[in-house]
Amino acid sequence: MSAGTNRALLEVNGLSKFFHIGNKQTLRAVDNLTFQVGQGETLGVVGESGCGKSTAGRTIVRLYEPTAGEARFLGQNIFKLKGAKLKALRREMAMVFQDPHASLNPRFSVADIIAEPLDIHGLAGSAKERRKKVEELLDKVGLRPDHAARYPHEFSGGQRQRIGIARALAAGPKFVVCDEPISALDVSIQAQVVNLLKDLQRSMGLTYLFIAHDLSMVKHISDRVAVMYLGKIVELAESAELYGNPKHPYTQALLSAIPIPDPKVEAERERIVLSGDLPSPINPPSGCAFRTRCPYATEKCAAESPAFREIRPGHRVACHYA
Amino acid sequence: MSEKTTAAQAESSARQRGGDGALTREMFRKLAKRPSAEAIAGESVPLWRDAMRRLVRNRLAMSGLAFLALLSAMAVIGPVISPHDYYTNNLDMTNQPPSAEYWFGTDHLGRDLFSRVWMGARISLTVGLAAAFIDLIIGVVYGGIMGYAGGRLDEAMNKISEILYSIPYLLVVILLLVVMEPSMWTIIAALCVTGWINMSWIVRGQILQLKTQEYVLAARSMGAGPMRILFRHLIPNSLGPIIVTLTLSVPSAIFAEAFLSFLGLGVQSPAASWGTMINDSLASWSLYPWQLLIPAALLSLTMLAFNVFGDGLRDAFDPKLKK
Amino acid sequence: METILRVSDLHVSFAARGGKIRAVRGVNFEVKRGEAVAIVGESGSGKSVTAQSIMRLLPSPPSRIEKGSIEFKGRNLLKLPEREMEAVRGRDIGMIFQDPMTSLNPTMTVGRQITEGLFKHQGMNRTEARERAVELLRLVGIPNPEKRYGQYPHSFSGGMRQRAMIAIALACNPSLLIADEPTTALDVTIQSQILRVMKEMQERFGTSIILITHDLGVVAQLCDRVVVMYAGQVVESGTTWELFRNPQHPYTRGLLRSMPRLDLPKGKPLIPIEGTPPDLLAPPPGCAFCARCPEAMEVCADRDPELVPVGPAGQAAKCWLHHPLAKEAVR
Repeated sequence: MSAGTNRALLEVNGLSKFFHIGNKQTLRAVDNLTFQVGQGETLGVVGESGCGKSTAGRTIVRLYEPTAGEARFLGQNIFKLKGAKLKALRREMAMVFQDPHASLNPRFSVADIIAEPLDIHGLAGSAKERRKKVEELLDKVGLRPDHAARYPHEFSGGQRQRIGIARALAAGPKFVVCDEPISALDVSIQAQVVNLLKDLQRSMGLTYLFIAHDLSMVKHISDRVAVMYLGKIVELAESAELYGNPKHPYTQALLSAIPIPDPKVEAERERIVLSGDLPSPINPPSGCAFRTRCPYATEKCAAESPAFREIRPGHRVACHYA
Repeated sequence: MSEKTTAAQAESSARQRGGDGALTREMFRKLAKRPSAEAIAGESVPLWRDAMRRLVRNRLAMSGLAFLALLSAMAVIGPVISPHDYYTNNLDMTNQPPSAEYWFGTDHLGRDLFSRVWMGARISLTVGLAAAFIDLIIGVVYGGIMGYAGGRLDEAMNKISEILYSIPYLLVVILLLVVMEPSMWTIIAALCVTGWINMSWIVRGQILQLKTQEYVLAARSMGAGPMRILFRHLIPNSLGPIIVTLTLSVPSAIFAEAFLSFLGLGVQSPAASWGTMINDSLASWSLYPWQLLIPAALLSLTMLAFNVFGDGLRDAFDPKLKK
Repeated sequence: METILRVSDLHVSFAARGGKIRAVRGVNFEVKRGEAVAIVGESGSGKSVTAQSIMRLLPSPPSRIEKGSIEFKGRNLLKLPEREMEAVRGRDIGMIFQDPMTSLNPTMTVGRQITEGLFKHQGMNRTEARERAVELLRLVGIPNPEKRYGQYPHSFSGGMRQRAMIAIALACNPSLLIADEPTTALDVTIQSQILRVMKEMQERFGTSIILITHDLGVVAQLCDRVVVMYAGQVVESGTTWELFRNPQHPYTRGLLRSMPRLDLPKGKPLIPIEGTPPDLLAPPPGCAFCARCPEAMEVCADRDPELVPVGPAGQAAKCWLHHPLAKEAVR
């Protein structure tokens, strides 16, 4: 299979996920997302807490039922799948979770954790074959075969996250949703995990949806990046384009807020400090959701919701003035 | 600063730390083989074995367990090794104090108290076991379904359990007496009606909390079915609270049996229960105190033993005490 | 400049199953008046334990300060009776915590929580305290402070709560503010608001700051000096400028190399630090970083180096590479 990035592996059209909470209120966690992920590429999704990035990822792997929209995986609308077909899809998609302490069952041995997808799909013929596969996977993520008999609580955060990655890869998926896989890890460990993910992508031809709030890490790992604010994508572009030429005021503010570990650069930087807080996704502002904090907001922004339009090839922005 | 002072400081400090002698140039060669940073020292310890280890180290809990073991053993062999059976009246030998012939004395009908207390232990332990069994079979399954299903089904099932919970246990027993002869079985039947509710709530709470854990989401994203999720992930991880609830609901069932038998609503003579024995002895307890003290002490010690053992289990399983 | 805090040879341990966790093992550093010092380290490096030891907030047991001294304006805080320590907390040293959701009391109005210290330490009357509290709320950038004064924490967002925490910590004009990961629980756009407020407060009141953090970017933005901790020890210290531009300890170098930089073009692979920090139940006999150090020497495995001066501007590193023999040795 060629690793060309032009063929879309996943096409998401108008994906929405609303949660009905008490008092007849609706939390619009994800609101009308449209994007594609090309074969073998990494699409980074960034945004602050509550912007819906994790919900989007979980809906795509069918952990949540979507409220509206479709997602085509290799041409097939995965939101329509049921029963055996859905189960077959689950071999093609996997997920790496955020919290390395909560994502591994404390009562399973490492071998049982990693082999769980094999057990569910009946992929390991014999006990011997199963053990061999587990050891291969452990080796792939840089752990030792004798770790298979141990239990999660004996490992450090970074090691656990690698166990989680081995599990995600066990059934041989094409597409992996990485839901903040490094945010719970220490700085020196983050690079280990990111490098591992990159190596695995290269050797196994994987496609990633990489969800994170750390913009510098997303820049490092992603081919293209989508910025989310209050359930919507506000900007989507090639990584170099987005970081070099951000068009949405929110992207600009977000980039400017990231501290850079260099006092010289910090001393010379002009910083855009946004005023105010994130509005509630239960009752989002009219028109453009960002207008309450946007330094350039006008009456038009309150009246009309901006279209998510292409301002140059591959660079889409949802802002009237971009 | 000159490098010499630096070196001197470093060297003196190395000596202070008990390094072997002066630093030599050879020691500053690049380390050929670094100790592996991925290695994990020590043997592998599954969580439950860790909990067991802590339990075994808890002296109070272990003495509780030892008492319960002894009690169970005596319940089995006690009535057999006694020279007298527990039901034969011997009107020549009423109200005997403990002696070589009657080890715990006799009651007002001349029955052997030694045999009778161990028969009472049999009843107590049977009721306790029945309570545990009901908890496990009805409570865990009912609570598991409530927690896992969520939504409307959870609400409906929860309402049912709340209604059942609001009926006093004593009332259930009295109502059952309309259709049943009073016996140990009445008490167990009443337990079937209301005894498992607390357990079902505990399990429900656990499952509700666990099912949003990432490892459960992970299993779902891999295509695991509800049975696998419930029995491989959710219930095993609720075992701690389940076991703890179990060891605390057993003594309350034992006490309920003794209390109801004391009131005459449970076990009937000539069958021996600690409750009936205490009731029988009350009229003349100042004359024949052993008739009261022996069953009362056994009842209290049994409850205490279950409670300290349950506490020990809770401490052993409580993840908050883990580092 | 006057030194207001000097921590010397601090050792703190925790009783745990299976032994004693030696969380802090011989930490030395000082803070001068008006200076912002960062204590940087990863989880388990002992940075928060150090901060909480200064405030004497660690529950004992399980914690125990084994030895050392913490001199604050000439007094050893570790020797003060609890009653005098209470006066130091809040009046002389303010503290902000990581989680703004749990560090405010939900049953008291925000205004009440600010004025509490003013009544206790400054003997203000009700009107004075209220005026001061409203002014503080305004200073930390809370809009509509008169109204906010009477509200409960639940109506504040995370960023607002952290601002309110800063107002509480600064209420009595302390000479030292300890901020324990003050922005870790916040989003980046809120983080820059909070950092800006802290910087303004430092400039306005001349407060010294100890910032506990794992984020080197935040350090570069706010602090004058940095203390890098690893496995309960200080491995490097120096001015922010020197330390970032010219790190002298392999761990500091490794940290900086393992972080992607937003301001640099991508494509350069990250160089991670392999392995994981040592278990402080049984710290290694030599340098704690030895097992992960790409430049480890034989001496590192069995002898622990001292923190020695390495640069002209007071930079110091705890590494055998700075020993003259290391420079001579053929490698």
